[in-house]
Amino acid sequence: MDYFDIFISILGSAVRLSIPLLFTALAGLFSERAGIFDIGLEGKMLASAFAAACVAYWTGNAWFGLLGGIGVSIVFSFVHGFASITNRGNQIVSGVALNFVAAGLTIVLGQAWFRQGGRTGQVPPEGRFSSIVLPGADMMRDVPIIGPLYANVISGNNILTYIAFLMVPISWWVLYRTRFGLRLRAVGENPGAVDTAGISVAWMRYRSLIVAGFLCGFAGTYLSIAQSAAFINNMSAGKGYIALAALIFAKWKPVPVMLACLLFGFLDAFANFMQGKSMPLIGEVPVQIFQALPYILTCVLLAGFIGTARPPKAGGVPYTKER
Amino acid sequence: MSLDSPKEPAIELVGIDKKFGTVHANKNINLTVAKGSIHGIIGENGAGKSTLMSILYGFYQADHGEIRISGKPVTIRDSQAAIAVGIGMVHQHFMLVENFTVLENVMLGAEGGQLLAKGVASARKELKRLEDDYGLEVDPDGIIEELPVGSQQRVEILKALYRGADILILDEPTGVLTPPEADHLFKVLRVLRDQGKTIILITHKLREIMAITDTVSVMRRGEMVATRKTAETTVEELAELMVGRRVLLHVEKGAANPGAVLMSVRNLTVKDSRGVTMVDDVSFDVRAGEIVGIAGVAGNGQSELLEAIAGIRKPSSGEIFIDGKPVAGVDPAGLRDLGLAHIPEDRHHMGLVLKFEEYENSILGYHRDPRYGRGPFLDLDAMRKDAEEKIAKYDIRPPNPRLRTANFSGGNQQKIVVAREIERDPKMLIIGQPTRGVDIGAIEFIHKRIIEMRDAGKAVLLVSVELDEIRSLSDRILVMFAGKIVGEKSGEAGEQTLGLMMAGIAA
Repeated sequence: MDYFDIFISILGSAVRLSIPLLFTALAGLFSERAGIFDIGLEGKMLASAFAAACVAYWTGNAWFGLLGGIGVSIVFSFVHGFASITNRGNQIVSGVALNFVAAGLTIVLGQAWFRQGGRTGQVPPEGRFSSIVLPGADMMRDVPIIGPLYANVISGNNILTYIAFLMVPISWWVLYRTRFGLRLRAVGENPGAVDTAGISVAWMRYRSLIVAGFLCGFAGTYLSIAQSAAFINNMSAGKGYIALAALIFAKWKPVPVMLACLLFGFLDAFANFMQGKSMPLIGEVPVQIFQALPYILTCVLLAGFIGTARPPKAGGVPYTKER
Repeated sequence: MSLDSPKEPAIELVGIDKKFGTVHANKNINLTVAKGSIHGIIGENGAGKSTLMSILYGFYQADHGEIRISGKPVTIRDSQAAIAVGIGMVHQHFMLVENFTVLENVMLGAEGGQLLAKGVASARKELKRLEDDYGLEVDPDGIIEELPVGSQQRVEILKALYRGADILILDEPTGVLTPPEADHLFKVLRVLRDQGKTIILITHKLREIMAITDTVSVMRRGEMVATRKTAETTVEELAELMVGRRVLLHVEKGAANPGAVLMSVRNLTVKDSRGVTMVDDVSFDVRAGEIVGIAGVAGNGQSELLEAIAGIRKPSSGEIFIDGKPVAGVDPAGLRDLGLAHIPEDRHHMGLVLKFEEYENSILGYHRDPRYGRGPFLDLDAMRKDAEEKIAKYDIRPPNPRLRTANFSGGNQQKIVVAREIERDPKMLIIGQPTRGVDIGAIEFIHKRIIEMRDAGKAVLLVSVELDEIRSLSDRILVMFAGKIVGEKSGEAGEQTLGLMMAGIAA
């Protein structure tokens, strides 16, 4: 294999690895731009992965699996909202609690229903999202440079991958071109301005959490019935946190979010590729170094080395009317 | 409360009553505001002005009473309902989204459809019309946080007018403005009135009431105590109505007798946490027995200067001398030992721990004093006895050292801080906003204490955004603008002169 083939294969794997990050980071984008910190993304992703695997296993239909994933994720969003919007609880505490609930509940229910040590049963092929070969992929394969790129990176992905990339311009359009987006961004910056304009702050924030739950449901579904064929214990494995890091790294903006997720996905793919291989001069590099890179990059950003990241001003603060 | 007014009433409040738990915020309030007039409402902090206006704007519901707009009874359940009956509010702390454009802020809540594109064009046109009609010029594409405060306030007014407000409520609108900006605001308000809008102005500044209102109502302890035609009343009468007794509006003080330089600041530069230079190469001296006032609109570096001198913020360059000794790197406790007392600008953030009991706050920062205990132990009896003495001397109410500090009124909280710092008998006193959010009676008291400090030969540095306060207390006035001291005037300098300097126009 020459270097170009290696690069193409890493790139293809990078795209696949970045999809759950992208859905989750966009979910975080909607809730955080509305002023709700969402550390519970990890838990939502895990819970929806479990739900999608269960439903797909029982029904043998991938789309029902997706609906199940989205449904559970939205339920988690409502719990988060009830704690942190209606009852003005601490958003971080509520999010962390949801992560624990998801981690525990998926194992307990999985064991009770499937008796495979927390795994769900193997989802049949029709219950999964399989790869789509785009027209002309085989014909293009031999064209230099563009050919392999088209055949191995752009083509050959499942439908959720294309939806994920479609969600980027849609998210941008919703945030910046619609009334809903204007109000959502406003409520994350100065809820007082929204309230005095006669708009309900609580309902705006609930709606943003519903959108976040919806997007996060895709991420979980992707993990369990697109990337694999069953739910496995703790299969989100910290991706929710990496997605949050990507969101911060992208300064809470849709297109940079996509680029950050691709970068983090690429680092992950590169780490996989480098496993056990030795680099010239340096020797074998521990894989953990690459895995830590997203967090290191985010820390560097937060420390102010790559411009300043300015979070939504009202983020994390429950809204109370002043007396 | 029958004022024979030729105009029909825009607003009538009949028997408005509101309780928050045990606090009776509004007691049976009756108020009639004539259409096309500017109606002032004055009262001390906690008199119930804000509650009354919040009821009118739908933030709270009255327990009893009726609101009539143009003669028709209405129920105002939320802000949306208030907007629907033509009431607009300009809040004291602007309700603006700072990283949005002017246009986006104006449109928020009145976007004219699910998609923004359509509304933007018509909003732009409407803004232009409002600008032409009322002289409210602002750049519709300007980002709020980049605009001067005066323009931000115009955006608030535009927001209300854009929603079709006929009645505008302004809550303490001049607190953040320079005198020229305030004049501009008043000009706009007069134009609005002449075009038939009704304006309610809430303020505690008597001079503004006299300058701009047609009618004025006075509130005290939840009650509407009087309504007067502005032309037929005086500042003295209004002050007396507000407080319920005669008050001295002007501090009486003799000539200063300055002695040796006690505090000097040389080429001091201070940056804020973002790295922006807030104090820029500032030098001055304060002598024993004089009060040096620093005038300026909030946010021009006074806070940072004060914090640097108090040892809270590290200067990036320059020197501070106390009694001739450089004090760079000395912490606040060390400065206190050198005889520097500090009354911070914001008593809630820096001066007090609101959850502590009064006696704990009355020794805060002096807890190492052997009078209050030995080693790691505090002598609670000594602390309480000490607190009781201060309570008596400063007439702090209620006189209970075991009460939580949060339960004292603003004026009494400030007295706790003032008593703590002044009773240490410091050589130098630096004071930020000594009377912010403090009622007139307590202002008079605190001002007297400050003058006494000066007469006892202390060096006093005073920072205040209230120009009146600076002018009545200071022997010398330094004006700060954009981090620099742009000039020095004597204590007798005119308001006009100082106002222009504060706006950075004259030096």
